[in-house]
Order: sequence, then structure tokens, then C-alpha cells
Amino acid sequence: MTQWPLWEVFVRSRRGLSHVHVGSLHAPDAELALRNARDVYTRRQEGVSLWVVPSAEIVASDPGEREAFFDPADDKVYRHPTFYSVPDGVEHL
Amino acid sequence: MPEVTFDQLLADDGRVEPRDEMPDAYRRTLIRQIAQHAHSEIIGMQPEGNWISRAPSLRRKAILMAKVQDEAGHGLYLYAAAETLGVDRADLLDQLHTGRQKYSSIFNYPTLSWADVGAIGWLVDGAAIVNQVPLCRCSYGPYARAMVRVCKEESFHQRQGFEILHTLAHGSPAQHAMAQDAVDRYWWPSLMMFGPPDDDSPNSARSMAWGIKRFSNDELRQRFVDMTVPQAEVLGLTLPDPELRWDEERGHYAFGTVDFSELQEVIAGNGPCNRDRMAHRVGAHEDGAWVRDAATAYALKQAARTEGAA
Amino acid sequence: MSLVPYVLALADDALVSAQRTAWWISRAPELEEDLALANIGLDQLGQARSLLSYAGAVEGAGRTEDDLAYLRDDRDFRNVWLVERPQTDFGVTMARLLVFSSWQCELYAALASCGDPTVSAIAAKAVKEVAYHRDHARLWTLRLGDGTEESHQRMQAALDAEWPYVEELFEPVDGALVDPASLRTAVLDRVQSVVQDATLAVPTTAPVVGGGRRGLHTEHLGHLLADMQHLHRSHPGVTW
Repeated sequence: MTQWPLWEVFVRSRRGLSHVHVGSLHAPDAELALRNARDVYTRRQEGVSLWVVPSAEIVASDPGEREAFFDPADDKVYRHPTFYSVPDGVEHL
Repeated sequence: MPEVTFDQLLADDGRVEPRDEMPDAYRRTLIRQIAQHAHSEIIGMQPEGNWISRAPSLRRKAILMAKVQDEAGHGLYLYAAAETLGVDRADLLDQLHTGRQKYSSIFNYPTLSWADVGAIGWLVDGAAIVNQVPLCRCSYGPYARAMVRVCKEESFHQRQGFEILHTLAHGSPAQHAMAQDAVDRYWWPSLMMFGPPDDDSPNSARSMAWGIKRFSNDELRQRFVDMTVPQAEVLGLTLPDPELRWDEERGHYAFGTVDFSELQEVIAGNGPCNRDRMAHRVGAHEDGAWVRDAATAYALKQAARTEGAA
Repeated sequence: MSLVPYVLALADDALVSAQRTAWWISRAPELEEDLALANIGLDQLGQARSLLSYAGAVEGAGRTEDDLAYLRDDRDFRNVWLVERPQTDFGVTMARLLVFSSWQCELYAALASCGDPTVSAIAAKAVKEVAYHRDHARLWTLRLGDGTEESHQRMQAALDAEWPYVEELFEPVDGALVDPASLRTAVLDRVQSVVQDATLAVPTTAPVVGGGRRGLHTEHLGHLLADMQHLHRSHPGVTW
């Protein structure tokens, strides 16, 4: 029993937007993965461009390290424009 | 701050994602449910596929091909969701082919006339939608996302079924009779799609607590009946239940008792089409083995050639 | 000369192909391929519908796409033999699709600039579809030809079995807007280069005596039509 590898599929829904992950599929190689992605994920005009990536090639952050990875950003509120007070009447700022 | 636990996630109505820690039983329950759902989609291609070659107009043929194709897609999305839990599609298919995992019993009923294609769209897909819409908010992220996609695509399925029946019911007497016969045969099996009654559904409570299930079997069954009865009136078709009536007090339709012993028989493998469905499915899989193997062999050769060239 | 026989010939090629291709839905080697073949079948069916509707309009007798699809007997069908024979082997399906879509590609590309504006518009849309079919068939021919020993043998056998039906594509057709013979070199070059890339041998099997364009068919077409037409014919004049 040979199982074709798993691929992740990313679709650009229209020009000007990023490719977004839509799902996965099986394919024996990159050429067929791309075509399978077209047949599976763009049947209803969902896209104008496709990426396929072998699932095994995705490097993901570990949920166990979520706090160390993401919590330190919590107190850096000065990175957001809403942190700053702007006097009444000032425009285009 | 402590790591967000599985229980907290569920309590906050958050979503569990593939790499999160989760109880084994939650994982096993999901794998079983998603796989069974995926199997139902691909076995479900057969009863309607049975009429593609005979569809009575080219327009109907195109719609039916697109619909059965969608079911392959839905099976595919769902297998992919199950695979995020650490199983392979090939293993799941193997479990289907060897009878260790089930699929929805509704697909063990035959499609004897063209009107059955309409009845499946209207009643079977209608019931499926009632079951599936709450799953779009399932606690397991990949399953919920797959269901969002499925529900979006499914919305045309029920309508085309209704349209087929509406056309038949307002057509010739023979067409009307065909439509009524199909509804007569598919009504009760559709009600069985919601599973056993609540007091006989041992795993329901746990699935509710885990946010995999949002409403009980009987609640969903009632919702389906309430939706469907007025639609039957528009179709000009009757539903084969003498006890069916509006219950003013409850604000719901009252309906007769579902014969769950029949459901048990069909689940046990003794439905009208169990053997045919499995033979078709296993046959396709076995006939395709040489093709899958060839593609794998070619990919290995190509990789070796690329490496050799580098 | 009337356009009707020619447009019907192309329509019937597409319709009968669609009917055969659709058989695969629920029977493909892998789920992804179920979707791919359904897409191809839907494209072929769409081409058939456009061409049948146009044939009906040109004929001027009020016949719709369904009248033409469901109410003609096999002697009135004008498709080639290549598309009408049963096919339940994936290799055969891909061999046939490689030939058929390569031919359709050249044909529709030429028709896209023909003098008839409707045929030209149908062809301009269809040529994009069949280019994808041709690519699909090419990729699979490569994989089956250069895959395992078994797949190599089966793909060679499939090509050998389809080859006798290739020449009929280039035979004269009444009212042709593009001379079928003019497509021969381009189609055969394309097919042969894929076959060779797939480590397969170009078959030398002799062409059969066809006759599809004159309404003379294999015994298989009658069965295909019986299946396709029986429900429609059992209820004359109704709406579906």
C-alpha cells in the first residue's frame, strides 16, 4: 500500500491579495499536486494563482512554546498607533 | 501564566488545533467521526452516480456530475482533516474497505428512479445540512474549517434536488408518481440519518461536552421535520407518515415513530445495497493500485534523475 | 453546404466522450483523480451542449440540444469510433484522452479563427479546456509509461488498442470548416513526442475501417445510447 505524499494548498483569490491556505491533498509529485489543487480547490472560481508545498516541508512553531514565542509581544503596546494620544483637531496623523 | 489547557480552551469555546495537546479519547472520537463522515461522502457518490449516464436532459447531467464531483471533494477535505490527527488516508480507506469503519446507512438504499436523485438532494442533503451546519462550530479547528467549505458547496445540492422534484411533481402524472414514490421511500431513512434517539445515544453527552456535537439527535431531527414539511406542501407531495401534524402547543410538527430496528439492520450490513456499495468501492481502489504505484515509481525516478543531474 | 453535419460531428465527439469520461466518477484510482476526470467530463459535456444547440439553430427545425442528444438513433450520430468504445482501464482512458484532446486542441485552435462567428466563439472557449485535458493526459502517459514495469506494459497495450482509431479523426467530413487532414501532422507529432518521452513505442497497428462520420458505428454506440436515452424517451414531451 503506497500512499502519495500530502501537500498543502494555498490560493490567491484575486490579484492584489496574498495566497491563503485552503486545505491539503495527496499527489505523487509537484506537477500533479499543482493540477490536483486546481481541480480540487478552484472549481468555483476561487483562485487566480496556486501554491503547493509538501506538508512535510512546513516548519511549524510548537504549541508548547506558544508563551515564549508570542506573549512577550503583549506589553509592547507602543507598537500600535492607538497607544498615542493625539490632540483634538490634528488631522492626517 | 499557565499553558492554556484543553479544558480551558473548550470552556472558552476556543478551537483545538492539530498540534495542541488533547485527550486520547477526544482524538479517537474525532478520527472515528471524521473518517465516517468522509467515507459517507465517497460512498454517497454511488447512488447518485448511478444516474449520471441516464440523466434525462444534458442540463441535469451536468448538474449531477458537478454534484457527485463535489462529494468526492468533500470526502477529500474530510480525510485531510482527519489526517491532521495523525492518521493516513490510506489507513482510513483500508478501515472502510475491511468494514471496520462505517459510513452513513442512507447510502445503502438504492436509487431506483430518476426522482430518487431529487429525493436525495432534497431530503438526504437537507438532513445532512441540518447535521453539518453546527459542525462548522466544532471544537476541532480543521474539522470545522472543512465543514465550512462543505456547507458552502452543499448549498446548491439541496436546491437542485428540490428543483428536480418540483419539476416532476408538476409534470406528467407518471412523473408525479415517480416523485411521490421516491419521497415515500426516502423519508424514513432520512429521519434515521440523525442517529438513534437521545435516550439511546450513549456517546452523545461526551461529544456535546467536547464541543464536537452541538445539538442532540432528536433536536436536529425535529429541526429537519419542521423545515421539510412546509417544503413538501410547496412540492405538492405528501410525506408517508399518517401521524404527521402541527403541534400547536409545542410549536413543532409531531411525527410518527422511526423504526430504528431497520437502521440497526442496515448498519449491521443487511441493507439493500451494502454489498454493492462496498464491492464498487473496493473494486475501484484495487483497480487503481497499479496507477497509484506507477505514479509513485515515476516520482522516485524523477527525484533520482534530478539528484543525478545536480 | 450546410454546417449542420459538421457541427453535429464535433458535438457528438464531445458528447459521447463526456458520457464515457463520466463513468469514472466514483471509480478513479484516487479521489483527486475523481475530481480531475469529472472536470474533464464537464468540459466535454459543455462543448457538446454549445455545439448541439448551435446545430439545432442552424438547422432551423426547432430542435434543442436535448432533442438532438436524446432523440437521434445511432445511425444519426456522427462521432468517431475513438470515443465510443467502452473504457474501464485507466491506461486506455489516458491513451484515448491524449489522442482525442491533442486533436481537439489543434481543431479548436483552427476553428477559433474560422469564418463562422458562433463556432469560432465556442472553439475559442473550448481550446483552453482541451489544452488542460491534453496536459492531464500527457502527465499520466509519462507516469504510466515510465512508472512500473506493469504500468509500462499496460500503457503500451492501451496505446496499441487505441491507435487503429486515430486515422478516422483526419478523414473528410461534410461541410468541414477546417480540413481534418490539415491537422494530422501537428496532432501526430504532439502525441508521438509524448509517447516517446514516456519510454513507450509509437504503435504500428493498422487503422480500422471507420465510418462514424457517415453514421456507421461500432456495436458499442447503440448500448451507450440505449443507456443515455432510455429515460428521456420513456416520457415523450415532458420537462425535466
